[in-house]
Amino acid sequence: MKYTVRITISLKGGMLDPEARAIRHALENLGFATEALSTARVFLITIEAAGKGEAEQRAAEMCERLLANPVIHRYEIEVLK
Amino acid sequence: MRFAVVQFGGSNCDRDTWHILQEVLGVDTDLVWYKEGFPRACDAVVLPGGFSYGDYLRAGAIAARTPVMQDIHRHVREGKLVLGICNGAQMSAEAGLVEGTFAVNAYPKFLCRPVYLRVETATSPFTSRFREGEVIRLPIAHKEGRFITPPETMAALNREHRVAFRFCDGSGKVSEATNHNGSLESVTGVLGQNRNVLALMPHPERASEEVLGSGDGRRIFESMIRHVEVEG
Repeated sequence: MKYTVRITISLKGGMLDPEARAIRHALENLGFATEALSTARVFLITIEAAGKGEAEQRAAEMCERLLANPVIHRYEIEVLK
Repeated sequence: MRFAVVQFGGSNCDRDTWHILQEVLGVDTDLVWYKEGFPRACDAVVLPGGFSYGDYLRAGAIAARTPVMQDIHRHVREGKLVLGICNGAQMSAEAGLVEGTFAVNAYPKFLCRPVYLRVETATSPFTSRFREGEVIRLPIAHKEGRFITPPETMAALNREHRVAFRFCDGSGKVSEATNHNGSLESVTGVLGQNRNVLALMPHPERASEEVLGSGDGRRIFESMIRHVEVEG
């Protein structure tokens, strides 16, 4: 069966996010006061798997081996269908 | 003695590095296209600067997972030398040849300038031609060069004298004022576990001829050559 997984990679808590800081500052210049702002990267990946569990496991392996850097990132996996 | 410089799509300091090794220092040096692998055995591999794979995903992340890296891992296990310069340093970290990672600079801008570095250890195949505590000058040119690692790893790097270079001022003082990219403890050159890998953000190949403003970088290559001569 085909499954589409949504993988969200974001920085671990407490990590400096220079991009988010710059964006927040730009929003402030436009008059938007923000309490907090963080960025994340989303991958939508369609794979063939026997079941939802296998799809999730394969996605986790992709994160561990390439998509995320364990030193700075955490990841969330959601199997969409 | 033979060196090799590995070229990836998007490498752009490969020929500069080859020029210093082959034409300035007279070392037999192969330029190796990453898809073709190593044609001959070599004593030292240089992973050059540039923008392999357009810095997609993270700088060095995709190059670090190409098949040629298996050969480089084996080369490291055999105790031979690997010098990763800039994008090559990012690859070395992504491939796990050194601990830590090089993240986007604290101020997220491409920095291109000559900087002072303090030599933190002269006991390595890459730094034996320096004195510990010596201040040298090399250029940096990167946007993803902020060295970070968990505190326990940083403690181990310090304990084992595996920090090779830190940013400093002209007198050798290390402070946040000279921490150009916001690296943890101003670290910008780090050795692997067996001291035979150096991941270095500054560019020694751009400072290996006096006519280019500094000859300090040359001593990194000379240290490597001496190591190979002595160790065979």
